[in-house]
Amino acid sequence: MSHKIGGKTILDQVNIAVPAGQFVVLLGQNGAGKTTLFSLVTRLYTAQVGAIRIFGHDLRRESSVALSQLGVVFQQRALDPDLSANQNLWYHAALHGMAWGTARRRIAEELARVGLADHAKRKVRGFSGGEARRVEIARALLHNPHLLLCDEATVGLDIRSRADIMADVRGLVRERSLTVLWATHLIDEVQPDDLTIILHRGKVLNQGPAREIIAAVGASSLNDAFRRITEGKAA
Amino acid sequence: MSAAGWMRCFIGIVWREGLRFIQQRSRFVSALVRPLIWLFVFAAGFRSVLGVSIIPPYETYILYDEYIIPGLIAMIQLFNGMQSSLSMVYDREVGSMRVLLTSPVPRWFLLISKLIAGTLLSLPQIYVFLAIAYFYGIELPPLGYITVIPALILSGLMLGALGLLLSSMIRQLENFAGVMNFIIFPMFFASSALYPLWKVEEASPLLHDICAFNPFTYAVELIRFLLYVKFDATALQNAGVVAGFLVVFLGGAIAAYDPAKGLIARVRTGGAGA
Repeated sequence: MSHKIGGKTILDQVNIAVPAGQFVVLLGQNGAGKTTLFSLVTRLYTAQVGAIRIFGHDLRRESSVALSQLGVVFQQRALDPDLSANQNLWYHAALHGMAWGTARRRIAEELARVGLADHAKRKVRGFSGGEARRVEIARALLHNPHLLLCDEATVGLDIRSRADIMADVRGLVRERSLTVLWATHLIDEVQPDDLTIILHRGKVLNQGPAREIIAAVGASSLNDAFRRITEGKAA
Repeated sequence: MSAAGWMRCFIGIVWREGLRFIQQRSRFVSALVRPLIWLFVFAAGFRSVLGVSIIPPYETYILYDEYIIPGLIAMIQLFNGMQSSLSMVYDREVGSMRVLLTSPVPRWFLLISKLIAGTLLSLPQIYVFLAIAYFYGIELPPLGYITVIPALILSGLMLGALGLLLSSMIRQLENFAGVMNFIIFPMFFASSALYPLWKVEEASPLLHDICAFNPFTYAVELIRFLLYVKFDATALQNAGVVAGFLVVFLGGAIAAYDPAKGLIARVRTGGAGA
C-alpha cells in the first residue's frame, strides 16, 4: 500500500505480511511511517493505494469483522483520564458489543493479569506511565483479538516497566499464540529470532528474522545492520 | 456484530457521556447559569422596553421574559451541541477518540449514538431551567412541558449534528474560541430567540433574511409552538426545516468522519511518529 498526507508520501509501496502466532517487529526511526501504517491498519483512515487484509478479511469491505480481530495499543496514551481503569475497560467492552457478563469476567481477568486488580476503581489520571500502558494492554486484549498492534508501547517508560511489558506481550505470543505487530525504534527490544521489518522513510528496506538480516549485510549487530541498511536511503 | 451488540455499544456510549456529564458539575452549572442570567438580568431589564404584540403561537400579550424562554431553551441545546463538539476535539487530543473510531461498529452508528447521548443529556438541563423559570413566575401551559419533548429532541439532534460536523473541522481545542465567535453568537443573535422576526424586519430587512436562513430560528420557533401546544402548519414547517438541517449536518459529519475521504482523514492523529 501507499499513502500520502498533505502531498507528502508517508508510505511507499509497503508490502508486508504478519504470520499468525508470531511476534513481528516493525523497526524504524521516528518519521519512518510506523504510526501512519498503524492508522491505516486500524482504519483511522484508509490507504489511498493498496489493500489491507486481517486474517483474510479486507479492511475496506469487511471492516467490522476485520476490526473485531484487532487489539491496539496506540503510541499516544488513549485512555480517558477522568474515568477509572474499570470504566475505561467497560467502555471498550461496550464498543465491541461484548455481553455484560462476559465483559465483567474479562475485565476482572485482564486487570488481574496485568497486576492492577486493586487499582480498578482509581482514575487513570493518577496512574504512572507503566500502569497506564498495562491498562491499555488489558483493554486491547479484552475482546480476545487475534492480532495485537503495539505502536511504540514502551516509549517513555522506565527500564523496569519496559521489561515487564515486553515480557508480558512475548508471553502472550507463547501461551495464547497471539499475533503481535510491535512497532518500535528501540533496537534493543528486538530478539535474534524475531521476524523484523525495517521501515525507513515510508519504504520497507528489509524483512526477515533479525539474525538473518544481520548476516545478510555482514554486520556485527542489528544496530550495525540497521545503520548500514538505512544509511543514504532517501525517500 | 449482532443487534444486541450494537445496542450494547449504544448504551456504552450514552453511559460514558452521562458519566462525563456527572463528573463535570461545572458544565451543568454553567449550562444553567447562562440562560438564567439572560432571564433574570437581560429579560428583566428589557421587559419594559421591548413589548411583544400578539403573534402565533401566543393568544394574548405576553411579557418579554416569557417570550425569550424558547430561545433560552434552544440556547441550552446550542451550547450543549457545541460542548459535544468540544468533547470530540478533546477526545482526539487525548487520544481516546481512536478507541471509539477503531470499534468494529460502523462509524455512522457511533456518531449517531454520540448525537443521541448528547441530546438526552440536554433534557435534564432544560427541565431544571424550566423549573427555575416556573418558580420565577413564568407559567407555561402545563401540557406544553410534555408536548415540547419531540421539539427538544429534534432541535437537540440538529444542533448536536452541527457540533459533530464542526468537531471534524477543528484541529485543536484552542480553535474552539473561534466557534464561539463565528458560530454560537451569530446563530443565537441572528435568530428569533431574542426578538420576533417582524421586529427584526422593521429594523433591518437584510438581518431578517439572515435570521430566516438561520436553522437556529426554526429550532426556536419549533420549541415555541410545541411549548404552547400548537401543532399547526407553522409548527410542521419548522419541524421540516429542522429535520432537513439535521439530515444535512449529520450527513456532513458522517462524510467528514469517513476514513477514506473525510476531513478527519486529513487531521494527523498520530503521535510523534509519522
